Amino acid sequence: MRSRVRRYGPPLLLISPSLVLVGVFVYVLIARNLWTSMTDNHTAAQANGRKDVSFVFLENYVALFKSPQFQHSLWNLVLFTAVFLVGAMIVGFVWAWLLERPLPGGRIFQTVYLFPMAISFVASGVVWRWLLNSNQGDSATGLNRLFQMVGLDVLENPWWNQVTFGIAAIAIPAIWQLSGYVMALFLAGFRGVPDDLREAARMDGASSLQMYRHVIFPQLTPVLMSAIVIIAHMSLKSFDLIMSISKPANYQTKVPAVDMYVFKSSFDYANAAAVGTVLLAFIAILIVPYLIQQHRERTR
Amino acid sequence: MSTTTSAPPSAAPLGESSPLASRGRGAPGTRPTPVGRTLRYLAILLGVLFVLIPVYVLVITSFKTGGDASPARAWALPHTWTLENWQRAWTALAPALGRTLSLVIPSTIISSVLGCLNGFVLSRWRFPGADIVFTLILFGMFLPYQAVMIPLLQLVLATEIPNGIPSLILLHVVFGIPITTLIFRNYFETIPHELIEAATVDGAGMLRTFSSVALPIAIPGFVVVGIWQFTSAWNDFLFAVFFSTPRNGPVTLALNNLANGALLTDYGVSMAGALLASLPTLVVYVLLSRYFIAGLMSGSVKG
Repeated sequence: MRSRVRRYGPPLLLISPSLVLVGVFVYVLIARNLWTSMTDNHTAAQANGRKDVSFVFLENYVALFKSPQFQHSLWNLVLFTAVFLVGAMIVGFVWAWLLERPLPGGRIFQTVYLFPMAISFVASGVVWRWLLNSNQGDSATGLNRLFQMVGLDVLENPWWNQVTFGIAAIAIPAIWQLSGYVMALFLAGFRGVPDDLREAARMDGASSLQMYRHVIFPQLTPVLMSAIVIIAHMSLKSFDLIMSISKPANYQTKVPAVDMYVFKSSFDYANAAAVGTVLLAFIAILIVPYLIQQHRERTR
Repeated sequence: MSTTTSAPPSAAPLGESSPLASRGRGAPGTRPTPVGRTLRYLAILLGVLFVLIPVYVLVITSFKTGGDASPARAWALPHTWTLENWQRAWTALAPALGRTLSLVIPSTIISSVLGCLNGFVLSRWRFPGADIVFTLILFGMFLPYQAVMIPLLQLVLATEIPNGIPSLILLHVVFGIPITTLIFRNYFETIPHELIEAATVDGAGMLRTFSSVALPIAIPGFVVVGIWQFTSAWNDFLFAVFFSTPRNGPVTLALNNLANGALLTDYGVSMAGALLASLPTLVVYVLLSRYFIAGLMSGSVKG
């Protein structure tokens, strides 16, 4: 017993501050948030503790999912995530494939492709708001003006300023910002393919394309899975980009993360907490299996 | 990994530190034809165009005068180049830039130190259940902060830590722990067991092993973690919007206020401001991109 304390006491002591902080700020607060989401805490007086709240169980969730407003947010989230995910995977994968073999200047291109990762969504939102300006015809600026200049007037469109599909336009800057990350993931995947495999395929007389299709691409499946999990979870959390390109009050671009901010701003803490929990549930469905799988690999 | 040829020796244990370095020797495969190579370059340049179009717009618009910003000349170079937008953006953002520095520096240092301690223990001085604890910490990395925001507001209010920079430091430290722990844990995993074991055989306790053996070799880890934390704290908007105002918050909030505050956006000033607010992280990225990428990779690929 004493030797166990001597052996494990110091390391536990060393990491205990972090354990307490993460335990409280993540797990206790998740529980506390769940509680708030099941109360009728909808007013400023209740938020400030000047008026009592009472337990209403799942009432807020039922009301949320029934409201056309929130349904629209969910639709936007699904559409945004689909476009963002597919776009970032394709662009990132193609870039990695293009740069996978040695090439003069290859490193510079990689650095260029990755640079948007270093800047904030708020800063890139400033320029993308200009690029995605919905004006058309004579008053067009941004990409619509560019389309006119190169004779592609037919492509002019209102971008995000459209109710049903507008949110898809905001996936474009998201793709712009994160394709480099996906590229970096795939490049690491390409590097992980043993040279013997390539050599063997070449010996067997496989053409370059055949080698990729049958030998190298299948090896990239785990990387693809990681990339999908990472991009999808970022997409579900998207907030900064939408806030800086559009406005929180814009119906066209509302998503749950924005709704949460709007509820909080009007001191409707119960609904804000409920939206937060919904987001957590979505992300947990994605992340928990991923973390369990990684945990298994570590302990194997 | 045999791709560390171009990495400095100190960075070698990072392994993944140069995942993007080209292969040392030519990859086996068919010789590229001139046509194939030209097509490849064209495709690459198309990507470069996609990435750089917003940069072009940012730069030209930031140097344009108000009268020069008409829709017809939206994509044209400035008639006369002016620094006026930059001066106005600087006046508007300078205080916030200073506050952001006073936020980013302490939160980066504190969360790196905590991450280093945790990473060392979870990798090299395991206790029963260490892997479960690690996985539980990791979940914090993916947590949508919206799911804790309301009780977080109440908690910070209860601790009486003032809104603005002080509470943001606390939040970046706490929510930085998962990623810094992950990076350091993966880093210590790559260090030969013998190094640490030799010290313990000599009778050194854990703290001495940590300070005399682990800490000195952890320096590249600190660079990776430091850059990562610096960039994410500098670019944070979510916590800023909930825990500060444009008057006492970081530069992302001030920039958003500058760009979205007025009814009619002055794009010249906003774009100069966007460039100004991005300069510190861009400089770090250009100078230390290898470490930046290493952080990026360890944030996703397990060691």
